[in-house]
Amino acid sequence: MRILVTVKFVPDLQSQRSFTDGAVTRTGDDGTMNELDENAVEAALQLKEAAGEGEVYALTVGGDDAVAAVRKALQLGVDHAIHVSDAAIAGSDVFGTAKVIAAAVRKVHAEAPLDLVITGMAALDGLTSMLPTALAAELDWSQLTLASGLTVEDGTASIVRHLPDAHETLSAPLPAVVSVTDEANKPRYPNFKLIMAARTKPVTTWSLADLGVDPATVGAGAARTVVVDASPRPPRENRVVVTDTGDGGTRLADFLIERGLA
Amino acid sequence: MSTVAVLVESREGVVTQPTFEALTLARSLGTPVAVWLGSAPEPAEVARLGIYGATEVRVVPTGDDARVVSRAAAALGAATADAAIVVLISTFVNKEIATRLALATGAGVVVDAAGAELVDGRVETLQTVFAATWNVRTRIESDAAIVGIRPNTTQAQAAETPGAATLVTVEAALPETREAIVAVEPVPASDGVPLAEAPVVVSGGRGTGGDYTLVRELAELLGGAVGASRDATDEGWISHEHMVGQTGTTVTPALYVACGISGAVHHRGGMQASGTIVAVNIDPDAPIFEIADFGVVGDLGDVLPQAIARIEDHRRG
Repeated sequence: MRILVTVKFVPDLQSQRSFTDGAVTRTGDDGTMNELDENAVEAALQLKEAAGEGEVYALTVGGDDAVAAVRKALQLGVDHAIHVSDAAIAGSDVFGTAKVIAAAVRKVHAEAPLDLVITGMAALDGLTSMLPTALAAELDWSQLTLASGLTVEDGTASIVRHLPDAHETLSAPLPAVVSVTDEANKPRYPNFKLIMAARTKPVTTWSLADLGVDPATVGAGAARTVVVDASPRPPRENRVVVTDTGDGGTRLADFLIERGLA
Repeated sequence: MSTVAVLVESREGVVTQPTFEALTLARSLGTPVAVWLGSAPEPAEVARLGIYGATEVRVVPTGDDARVVSRAAAALGAATADAAIVVLISTFVNKEIATRLALATGAGVVVDAAGAELVDGRVETLQTVFAATWNVRTRIESDAAIVGIRPNTTQAQAAETPGAATLVTVEAALPETREAIVAVEPVPASDGVPLAEAPVVVSGGRGTGGDYTLVRELAELLGGAVGASRDATDEGWISHEHMVGQTGTTVTPALYVACGISGAVHHRGGMQASGTIVAVNIDPDAPIFEIADFGVVGDLGDVLPQAIARIEDHRRG
């Protein structure tokens, strides 16, 4: 079982997140691997362990700091780490990013065929959930997204997905792009031994030239959307917090009635 | 005026409220047409779409094939070849359909939008990000645009001159796909309004201890839907469909009542853009109070019954 997991470097959820020049501010100090990608790493490790053989790659795209995302994946137990970094990638929209990742996947696939690419269900900075679909289309592989359960047998991947109107079971031949939700598994914690080992594990770095991607087809210049304004929302004004001394429910109701909400 | 296509969402053959919101938004961008995937709609539904401004209802007879993303995208593409803008409701599945359609047409896409307008001939959208702590305005630079709009962010209004929408059937060649649907188990519709569309959401978290009686009672009284925190769904107290949060349902109701929910960032990301936020929690340090317009530090078992009784009294006059 050969699996590549995409991981994203994002600002820590607990940090003060912000925008700089229309892009999410990403710095090494308060950045980390996207939390939902832990479920993708876990799914890959579990499949490899169940198969009793195989290799798991973690791949990230981003500036120098983004290497922290694949380092985290190494700590969790993946075998190989790839960091695609090139100044020309900055400002890419989801389609540009998918093009870069697809080129890197093809390069790994050419060395020895991959069975799966596994991604998280969303990145907790942008939350659009579009990348897995764009990647599957770009690779022209099977697309099995939003899996809360994943099994692989005889060259076929099957997933269960919970949509608001139905629970679906889908299957498709390998190779496939699968996105997993946070319901799919419970990610493991890195243990001391793996943390130590991750320090010395090599990270392969590729540029667009290494991938044969024309820089003009990605980056801000090729993006179909551009952020023209980003500003912090003003905090809510006139907030009231009362401590219940016997009339808390009445005061709550009066607040709702006053606002025409009850 | 250019054509603006709206992908209709229906439940058991009935058009949903967010579709009318999308049509209302579409009217401000051009001439709306509605696209219906599946078996042909009832005349009453076609009429309702007309009331909200659809000049045509284009039916693509996909059958159940529309469950596979690439087929739904191909069907939508066949019905929207003349449309400069496609508006759909920003659900997980529709975001995937939008992605596939954009790859086919070269359109720029914004999903999770809270609004859209034309500025110098380009579509600009508004979104809230980072758990609704930032406002972002995005311009779609390409000629074709796809906008995924969040429910409850546009007030649905009937068109000033409602017309009778013409029913048109569009035949589409749907691609063969590798993905096969093995089983579909319908989720029974919850009583009342679906979470994402509800004007009022009353949610319960760890503080309920698993007893949703009071939460449900208040939700019913206020005409709202019942939500939950991740803690509560993980405990199995309530099904996953009720989860409000970044990986569950994002809601923007006029009123959000958080009962016994501490307000972890994952939860806040799914509700912080709500109109008015009310919180009841026993812990005075719960982060939910930082974003609540009105908070009560107290026991749910004391506060909720009293609030319910007071509202009932008020209604009786």
